[in-house]
Amino acid sequence: MKLRRALRSTPGHIVLIVLAVLQLFPIALVFINSFKTSFQVAADPLSLPHQLDFSNFTTAWDYGHFGTGFLNSVLVVGTTIVVVLICASLAGYVLAGKKIRAWPLVTMYFLAAVTIPVWLFLFPLYFEYSKLHLLNDPVAVGFIVAAINLPLAVFLMRAFFLKIPAALEEAAVVDGAGVGSLLWRVMLPIISPGLLTVAVLVGLFAWNEYLITTTFLQTPSSYTATLGYLTMNGTFTDQQGIMMAGAVILILPVLVIFIAVQRLFIEGFVSGAVKG
Amino acid sequence: MTTTTEALPLDAPFVRSRRRPRTGKYYLLVAPSLLLSGIVVLIPGLLTAIAAFTNWNGLSLHANWVGFGNFRSIFDDPVFRTALGDNLKWAGLFLTIPVGLGLGTSLLLLRRPRTRTLYQVLFLVPYVLAPVTNAILWLNIIYDPVAGLWAWLQGHGLVGQVPLGSTHWVLLAVATVDMWHFWGFLMVVYLAALRQTPPEQIEAARVEGASTRQLFRHVYLPNIMPTLMLMFVMEAIFSFLSFDYIHLMTGGGPAHASEVLSTYAYTFAFSEYEFGMAAAVSLVMSFFGLLMGAVYAILSRRELAS
Repeated sequence: MKLRRALRSTPGHIVLIVLAVLQLFPIALVFINSFKTSFQVAADPLSLPHQLDFSNFTTAWDYGHFGTGFLNSVLVVGTTIVVVLICASLAGYVLAGKKIRAWPLVTMYFLAAVTIPVWLFLFPLYFEYSKLHLLNDPVAVGFIVAAINLPLAVFLMRAFFLKIPAALEEAAVVDGAGVGSLLWRVMLPIISPGLLTVAVLVGLFAWNEYLITTTFLQTPSSYTATLGYLTMNGTFTDQQGIMMAGAVILILPVLVIFIAVQRLFIEGFVSGAVKG
Repeated sequence: MTTTTEALPLDAPFVRSRRRPRTGKYYLLVAPSLLLSGIVVLIPGLLTAIAAFTNWNGLSLHANWVGFGNFRSIFDDPVFRTALGDNLKWAGLFLTIPVGLGLGTSLLLLRRPRTRTLYQVLFLVPYVLAPVTNAILWLNIIYDPVAGLWAWLQGHGLVGQVPLGSTHWVLLAVATVDMWHFWGFLMVVYLAALRQTPPEQIEAARVEGASTRQLFRHVYLPNIMPTLMLMFVMEAIFSFLSFDYIHLMTGGGPAHASEVLSTYAYTFAFSEYEFGMAAAVSLVMSFFGLLMGAVYAILSRRELAS
């Protein structure tokens, strides 16, 4: 009986293992080839490196301008997270409690905004930013990425506020708490897990952003880490070892964070499933 | 107006004046969100709708009204038809392959509670990496005509030409990378939906002797239908907006073979400074999203009514 069950589940296991290998194989190749010379890569991309030579990494770090790049990426991501958390939690609180008479209108607006594509506002926004001299400014670009992710974050925060029993708020108001201290002292500790989920989700989207950053950041000093890496692709077209070392520099931090807090990521993806 | 105010019962203004300042405070709380969205999304969005009917160059505020001229020249352009066709093929791929993979693996993982988390993490790795990283790693280590894995396999006589250089295969080659990156996300969403199926329904079906297939058809499938539909619509919408992987890997080439509406619009704006044309293409792209959204709204209303 036990054997039959094991036999029946074997094809399923094989499918899962094959798919896992397909998902990870290209990434494994990146790690293997990051230690090899371009000649060794071309000869056999599947062979293991003979020695752990880190010279590809130092070359990639210098030519990919990763020092400036990571700083700018942190500026974009940091701005996005801070702006989204402040705006979305305040709006989510008001919409969950139907505190304003125009709540159906505001809810409808953000509902529509979830599906508004970037393409519908990209070109005039570029004009707007260039006239306001905000191009090539990672913080200003963070505000755009924040606005794009805002509608989804508003609905996530609204859902978190809806779970809080109304009695709690009433008790605080009876105790004489104003809106400010109610939000700061009573609500903030309760919704902090919600804020964390939104921060992880929005932070990942901001870190991986391409269309907005490549359009609005055009000077090398304003490039994010991924854009800086992209400039290497022209210079080192036939130097796969160095290109792969650059890729490892970009992959490793994300991979470490993802594995460390995978539950938060998976929770975020599921709750934010409206986003592709 | 004054007469109606006088006609109101005496206590009404008191109630109003007591409530007004409180509501005002709450309007201040939504103000940052509305301001940010208004400046970044709403105003430029409305400008796009106007710009699509002008010959705006995106550099100055000056522009001439051209009516439907932009739309006429787009619909006459063979590149536009290629792009639209590629978007449709893209949608066809994304609505079948990742959906099948995601649904199949989520069903396999549903019955494997111990290895579930591990597989979810493994399948999701490409999804959490940046499109730039994913595109460049495939370009360099798989598709490179000299040093890539494809070239190595070709050297051993196992595969044909590198697909990125072929007008016939290029779109599929890029879509493969995007689907490799994306399907793990679908699997995670499907699995979460499957796991929310009420246990008493599953138990009842088991007691009545339902087979695995019947259990899926009559218990799990109706429960995850809203999620399947929502994901289907979202994928259809995003298929018409897809940009990152195509722009990074081929730029729409060779010879426009992998051109999609987004790369077509982007070239108009930032290579030719024809922002009016770019805005017109944006409107066409958004129209497809709107269409899908309307279909979804109608379908889900019917679902709710039944």
